[in-house]
Amino acid sequence: MNAIDGLSLGFSHAFSLGNLGWALLGCFLGTAVGVLPGIGPALTIALLLPITYQVSATGAFILFCGVFYGAMYGGSTTSILLNTPGESGSIITALEGAKMARNGRAGPALATSAVGSFVAGVVGTLGIAFLGPVVVDFALVLGPAEYFSLMLLCFVTVSAVLGGSPLRGLTSLFFGLSLGLVGIDLQTGQPRMTFGLPELFDGVNVVLVAVALFAVAEALHMAWNHVDGKVQVLPVGRLWLSRTDLKRSFWPWIRGAGLGFPFGVMPAGGTEMPTMLSYYAEKKLVAPEYAHEFGTTGAIEGVAGPEAANNAAAAGILVPMLTLGLPTSATAAIMLSAFQSYGIQPGPLLFQTQADLVWTLIASLFIANVMLVVLNLPLVGLWVKILKIPTPQLYAGILVFATIGTYGISNSVTDLLLLYGIGIIGMFMRRFDFPVAPVIIGMILGPMAEQALRQAMTISEGDWTTFVTRPGSLIILILAALALFGPRLYALATRRRRTAATASVDS
Amino acid sequence: MNRRTVLAATALAPFAGSLGLRDAAAQARFANMNMFIPAGPGGGWDGLGRAIEQVARHAGLVGNFQFENVGGAGGIVGLPRFVSQRRGRGDALMVSGSIMVGAVLSNRSPVSLANVTPIARMTQEVGVVVVPAQSDIQDIAGLLAAFRANPGGTSVAGGSAGGTDHITLGLILRALGRNAREGSYVAFAGGGPAQAAILGAQVKAGISGYSEFAEQIRAGRMRALATTGATRSDPNIPTLKESGVDVVIANWRGVFGAPGINANQKAALTSFITDLVALPAWREMMETRGWDNAFLAGAEFERFLAADISATESVLKELGLA
Repeated sequence: MNAIDGLSLGFSHAFSLGNLGWALLGCFLGTAVGVLPGIGPALTIALLLPITYQVSATGAFILFCGVFYGAMYGGSTTSILLNTPGESGSIITALEGAKMARNGRAGPALATSAVGSFVAGVVGTLGIAFLGPVVVDFALVLGPAEYFSLMLLCFVTVSAVLGGSPLRGLTSLFFGLSLGLVGIDLQTGQPRMTFGLPELFDGVNVVLVAVALFAVAEALHMAWNHVDGKVQVLPVGRLWLSRTDLKRSFWPWIRGAGLGFPFGVMPAGGTEMPTMLSYYAEKKLVAPEYAHEFGTTGAIEGVAGPEAANNAAAAGILVPMLTLGLPTSATAAIMLSAFQSYGIQPGPLLFQTQADLVWTLIASLFIANVMLVVLNLPLVGLWVKILKIPTPQLYAGILVFATIGTYGISNSVTDLLLLYGIGIIGMFMRRFDFPVAPVIIGMILGPMAEQALRQAMTISEGDWTTFVTRPGSLIILILAALALFGPRLYALATRRRRTAATASVDS
Repeated sequence: MNRRTVLAATALAPFAGSLGLRDAAAQARFANMNMFIPAGPGGGWDGLGRAIEQVARHAGLVGNFQFENVGGAGGIVGLPRFVSQRRGRGDALMVSGSIMVGAVLSNRSPVSLANVTPIARMTQEVGVVVVPAQSDIQDIAGLLAAFRANPGGTSVAGGSAGGTDHITLGLILRALGRNAREGSYVAFAGGGPAQAAILGAQVKAGISGYSEFAEQIRAGRMRALATTGATRSDPNIPTLKESGVDVVIANWRGVFGAPGINANQKAALTSFITDLVALPAWREMMETRGWDNAFLAGAEFERFLAADISATESVLKELGLA
C-alpha cells in the first residue's frame, strides 16, 4: 500500500465519532501533563495502559498518540512562563522563552511555540507517512562512532551560550559534565560518584537540574536582592504574533522541523540534540538587527527553532517504532508494550500485518495536531495572566511548582535536597555571572558522548582512527569543524575584505 | 526521560479505574494487596505485576491492588524501600528476577534478595544469540569459531553490563575455554538502540531475550543462531547445549514477600500464587504475552535462587564486575 492510499484509508477510519473523541481526550490529557511538571507522556501512557483491556486497539493508540503530541505542545508553556522546563526537550526553549516573558513578550513566545509545534508536527507526521521506511534504513547506518561525532557537533552549541567569559562558561560546562557522570556506568555496571546512596544510582535527572538552575536559582537570587519591598508586576504586552514576529519565526520553524525529524528517527537520537543544534543555528543565522536580543531580552528565533525541533523529533521517534518495532524512547517502549497486550507483535512487518491500525494512527496524528493548535492558541491568553501575579508571589509559586514537580519525578526526598542544593549553587552562579546553560548541555551530552565513545572503541578494538575512517563519522566531524570555525573565518574574511576595500579607496 | 518513577498519579488513577475492571463477587483471599514494582511502569516486571492483578481480580482472589513503582538500577533502588516499608506485612508482594540478582552483586548492594521472602518463580524467557542478516556467519558453529579465534574482534551487543545478556556471553566464552573478560561486549541502554546496532551491522552479533528479537528474526533482518534454554524454543533454532556449549540460562521473573512475615503469611501468599498459576485465565495470559511458564515455589524455588546467585556471582567475579 502506498502512502496516499494508506492515508485515505486511515482518515476514513479516524473520522469516526469515537476515534475523534479519543483523539480529543488524548490531546487534552497530553496538554495537561505537558504543563504539569514531573508527569511526562511516558508515565501518563503507562497509567492509561489498563484501558487496553477494555478499548479497541485503534482507540487506545489514538489516545496514546494524542497524549504524546499534547505533552510536546504543553511542555513549552512552563518553560516560557515560569522558566521551569517539564522535560528535557523543552529545556533549550526556556533559554530565550523565559527571557521574552520577563520582557513583556510572553504572548508571542507562547504563540510562536504553539504554531511552531503545529508546523513541526505536520512536517514530522508527513515524514512518518512518506519517508519513514527510507530514513530509518539510513539511520541504521549510523553506529556509535557516528553518534560520538554527532555529539561533538552538538558540543559546538556550547559556544553560543558561553556568555562573556569563556573561563566561566567552561567552568559551568565541566560542572555539568561531572554531574552527568553520577550513577551506574552502562558499560561496566559499576556505580560512580554516588557516595553509596542508592538514590543516585540512576544518576541525577537532567530536568531536575534544569529546574534547579533556572527556576529555583532565579527565585532565590531574586529573594536575595529584592529588599526594597516594592511590588512589581511583569509587563504582559501583546498576545499574538506581530507581522515581524511571524516573519522572524517562519524560517526557524522550518529549519527546526527539518533538523528535528531526522534526529528523532535515529535510534540513539532523541529530542535534546536537535533543540541544541537549532538554537545554535538560529543564533548564528539571526538578522544582525536582532542579534542583540539573544541572551538579553529574548529572541523569538531562539524559541521558534528549538520548539519546532523538539516536536519534529517527537514525531520522528515514532518512525523506528512503527517501521521496525524499535523502542527508542521511554514513551515508545510503553506504547510497544501496549501493542503486545493486544497480542500484536510490533516489528518490521507491522505496516503490512496491521495496515489499518498503523494508517489510522498516522491519520490521527494529523487530526491531533489540528486539535492541539486549536486548543492551545486560545490558552495563550489565559496562561499569560499568570504573569500578572506580583513578582514575590509569582516566584513563591514557581518554587512550589518546582518542588511538587520534582517530588513527582521519583517521590524521593533526596531529589528535593538535590533540587535546593543545586538551586543554591545556581544562585551563586547567577551572582558571580556564571552562565547556567552550559551546565545543562554538558549534562545531557556528556554521558551520551562518553557511552558512544566507549561503544565505538570496544567495536574498533581500541582503534581511534575509526572516527575518521568511517565516512559518516568523518563527514560529521568536518561539519563540526565548520560550525565551530566557519562563522569566525567568515567574519575574519569579511573584515579583511572591508579593510582591503577601505585601503584601496584610501590609496 | 522518566527513569525512576512514581506512584500511580492520583489524578489519573480514578480514570483508569472507572473504565471498570470487573470485580468478581467471590470472597477474596486478600481484600487488598500491595504490589511493589522495583522498576518503572511499562517494563517486564511491571508487566508481570499487572498481569497478576488482572487475572487475580477477575477470579476474585484479591479485592483490590495497590501498585507502587520505584525504578532504577536493576531494582536495587526500590528494594531497600520495600524492605523497610513492608516489614512483617502479609499482604505485600514484590516482583523481581534475574536482573536484580545481578544488580545486587555488581553494585555490592547492602540490601539483597536475602532480605525478602522468596515466594515463587513464575515466568522465564530464554535468550537468543543472533547475527545481522548480512553477516558472513551462517550458524552457531561459525560464531563459536570466531569467539575461539578472536573474542576481542567479535563484538556482541546487548543490554546493560552485568545483566543477563552479558552473563550469557561470559558463560559461552568460559565454556569455550576462554576467559569471560576477553569478550568484546557493547552495552546499550534499552532494547531499541541495541537492536538498531545489530540491524545496522555495527556489531558482529547480539544477545537478548528471545521475544525482543523474535519479530526481527521472523522478518529476516536478524539470523538466529541459538537459544539459551534447556530445550528448543523454536524447532528450527538449536540450543547452545546441543551445539556443544554447556550453557543454559534464562531471564526469570517471580514474586517475593516482605521480610519478617510468619509461616502462615508466607503459606497464604504461596497458595495464592499457586492457585493463580493454575487458572486457565493465567495460561491464556501467558500465551498472549509470549511468556514461558517457569512456576517453582517453596523450598525448590529457594534452592534454585541460591544456585542462581552463586552462578551469577562467579561469572561477574570473572568479568571483574563483582
